[in-house]
Amino acid sequence: MKKMAIIATKGTLDMAYPPFILASTAAALGFEVQVFFTFYGLQLLLKDLSDVKISPLGNPAMPMSIPMPVMVQMLPGMETLATMMMKDKLKKKGVASLEELRALCLEADVKFVACQMTVDLFDFDKSDFIGNIEYGGAAMFLDFAGDTDICLYV
Amino acid sequence: MMHFNKELDARGLSCPLPILKTKKSLADMISGQVLRVVSTDSGAEKDLQAFARQTGNALLSSSAENGEYTFFVQKK
Repeated sequence: MKKMAIIATKGTLDMAYPPFILASTAAALGFEVQVFFTFYGLQLLLKDLSDVKISPLGNPAMPMSIPMPVMVQMLPGMETLATMMMKDKLKKKGVASLEELRALCLEADVKFVACQMTVDLFDFDKSDFIGNIEYGGAAMFLDFAGDTDICLYV
Repeated sequence: MMHFNKELDARGLSCPLPILKTKKSLADMISGQVLRVVSTDSGAEKDLQAFARQTGNALLSSSAENGEYTFFVQKK
């Protein structure tokens, strides 16, 4: 059986898609998959994903329907607005939500591992995370990753 | 028209949902049965070919008409 390991380090909406899309698809292709969530990637394991947002700020390549000066992007509420617009676009184009992709990963036996060190570092409450996840460290990840066909860092 | 045992309407869905739903649809079928998949995702053809290669299920045919892609997948 082929194997794939992914390290997910980002907690923004745009950067949340690649690990979930690749993990769920690899599982569908018959891979054994493990995703190691660390630093801001831990946000993707929260039961409530509503804090996973996108910002045009510092993201100059983000396609915008209306060009927006950086000074405007800085205004309060712009991040929420950009997130709403992006989610709306994703839905209209038939792209799965993060919640849906994450559920499909778990259903297909993708193993999710939360980095214990960063869980402690940021004082995350484990009861805020979804169930069916494990906690581990760098050695645990490498033990699996060393034997994989594909290993990605997102 | 090719014979099929089950149909998956994946129209309107984007990558990777057509593949994930194809996989799910095949799960409760028996070996040799044929699944018909209809998709509007223009990337689905290449993805279904790769899915077939990776999983060993046979892609019997694929065709495109008016922005709709139709595939027949035979379960391994």
